[in-house]
Amino acid sequence: MHFIKLRKIWYLISLVIIIPGLISLFTNGLNLGIDFTGGNILEVRFERPVAIEKVRQVMASLGIETSRSIQKSGQEGKKVTYLIRTKALSQEESTRLQKALGKLSQMTVLRNEYVGPIIGRELTRNALLALIGAAILMIIYITIRFEFKQGIAAVIALLHDVLVVTGIFSLFQIEIDSTFIAAILTIVGYSINDTIVIFDRIRENLKVRKKGEELADTINFSLWQTLTRSINTILTIIFVLVALYLLGGSTLRVFVLTLLIGIVCGAYSSICNASPVWFDLKRLEKKEKLV
Amino acid sequence: MQKNKILQIAGIVVIVVLAVLISFTPVFKPNELFNKYLPLIKNINLGLDLRGGVHVVIEAKGKDITPEEMKQLRAVIERRVDQFGVSEPLIQQQGSRRLIVELAGIKNPEEAVKNIVKVANLEFKTEDGKTVITGADLKDARETKDPASNQVKVDLTFTPMGARKFAEVTAANVGKTIGIYLDGRLLQNPVVKEAIPSGRAEISGYESLEEAHNIAILLRSGALPVTVGIEEMRTVGPSLGADSLNKSQQAGLMGIIAILIFMLMYYRLPGMVAVFALIIYAIIVTLVFLGLKVTMTLPGIAAFLLSLGMAVDTNIIIFERFKEELRTGKSLRAAIDAGFKRGFTAVFDAQLTTLIAAVVLYFFGTGPVRGFALTLGIGILVGLFTAVTMTRWFLHLMVESGLVKNLKYYGA
Repeated sequence: MHFIKLRKIWYLISLVIIIPGLISLFTNGLNLGIDFTGGNILEVRFERPVAIEKVRQVMASLGIETSRSIQKSGQEGKKVTYLIRTKALSQEESTRLQKALGKLSQMTVLRNEYVGPIIGRELTRNALLALIGAAILMIIYITIRFEFKQGIAAVIALLHDVLVVTGIFSLFQIEIDSTFIAAILTIVGYSINDTIVIFDRIRENLKVRKKGEELADTINFSLWQTLTRSINTILTIIFVLVALYLLGGSTLRVFVLTLLIGIVCGAYSSICNASPVWFDLKRLEKKEKLV
Repeated sequence: MQKNKILQIAGIVVIVVLAVLISFTPVFKPNELFNKYLPLIKNINLGLDLRGGVHVVIEAKGKDITPEEMKQLRAVIERRVDQFGVSEPLIQQQGSRRLIVELAGIKNPEEAVKNIVKVANLEFKTEDGKTVITGADLKDARETKDPASNQVKVDLTFTPMGARKFAEVTAANVGKTIGIYLDGRLLQNPVVKEAIPSGRAEISGYESLEEAHNIAILLRSGALPVTVGIEEMRTVGPSLGADSLNKSQQAGLMGIIAILIFMLMYYRLPGMVAVFALIIYAIIVTLVFLGLKVTMTLPGIAAFLLSLGMAVDTNIIIFERFKEELRTGKSLRAAIDAGFKRGFTAVFDAQLTTLIAAVVLYFFGTGPVRGFALTLGIGILVGLFTAVTMTRWFLHLMVESGLVKNLKYYGA
């Protein structure tokens, strides 16, 4: 298999995954959690089974809108847990709601989160700033250690990963919270890591390149040389993530799922996108010279 | 075989095993002296998401908030928080007008928060509605319970200035009432029987000692210098916190064991050396966390596991390189050196770019994201260090000791 000669297929696979996600992002957007929009999440555990309808009735009787969602988040024997999402509640409203719910059955408040709208906007802004800042600094670093075009290729591969993950979250309307940003940045970190390891090999092989050897072949050769490492590394990370997903409890699940998708995607883009894109950028450069 | 090298290996193994025992397992339990500090991992600060508690972001409202006002606000809030007797509360300024307050292990977090941000404004008013004395004149307020009548009251002590005012006012209003208002609400409207020059007074009429206690706190910690609002409040019940801690620890352990098995099976002897280096890595990271007083949160645990993954990756890169060098016919020792030398540039550049991402995340992120970035950053640095020093040194020792000569065990 020649990675560079097959690059159009890789691009096609990436596009097939990204385009539906992009369309969904533009039409449906993301299912933003209260960390971004502001609002309330109340998670409670009833000691005896309480029907979701009862919860809804209690909320309606207090005049708290129930449009966002009331969701059964777990059941253990007779105990049921509910996740109640509402608009931002005042402290009085929140206290009244907890008191009223406590009358349905003996109840424990597992968590109660309130996020004001200002904080939410800031979070979104800071996240975008962080991503852009990180991208610029990484391009600068890669330009110093490698070359500018490799920096661009690496960042394109990163953009690919970010688009795939956010696209999937938009398609399935999975709710995202502040840990989603941490997950995206970790994915970016891992993906760039993979890309650099491959670029490093290419850099080394270019130094000892024989006369007449095609750039495409050198890149392909380097990709094959680093392939075992790429696979083994991904495997070890997947071990940890799968363990976290299965045993880590509900609070971590979405976070881990994001990482799982993103890290597999990052490995793919490092092998099948970053170097091929760099190759194409190089070809453009040669064409310019010919003209 | 070289005896002194074998001895060195044995020595290192013993030291590491001891370090593991001290750091992660409670082996010295009967010993009272050490019990306080061991296992080391016990002393790591747990975040609210792991032990339950409340996280509040308080924002000062109004146009211009001066640093001086923020300082006052913080002082008042600190005083109020102290009254709740929470161990190690965290109060931190963020930006120019925000305070973050974190209280762990508190019984009724929402009630506590309410009292922390409450505007306590004490006023004494005469019958014609004139405010004659304010909370600023107050020196102390304590709740007491009269053992005879079972009546709960709050004893007030005025400042010298306040005592003078109080003496004047009571002298001028004998036979009339003086209203005591808290936040505009009339608490009591006693009739002045005689002038009170002592600077002491009491408010009674509370339902419980707890109510009196809360009011006394508000009174003695004074009014907030600015209007505040709650921008964010997250409460995690202790049961959910303990559950998360438990589950993520289990998950972490399973993940680590899976990695270790994989490394041993695939990379054989170097894999074993790497596993050993990874254990040292875990100990060093724990020590750094302790030294820097890093607070462990759920995202932090995830970051730790991910940085562990990266440390494993460093070893994988180097071992793959080492195997390649062996295949070209180099001697073991030469292959180790060449593998590290060639593998290192890749590791260095790759980890550094990831570190850049972690640093950016740390500066732009807030709360849990920040903790995540810090843990990741520490993990990367320590991982880099252990891989290039420990793994390399151990591999050399292994080869030089002559214990294992068959190339097969090196995965070639």
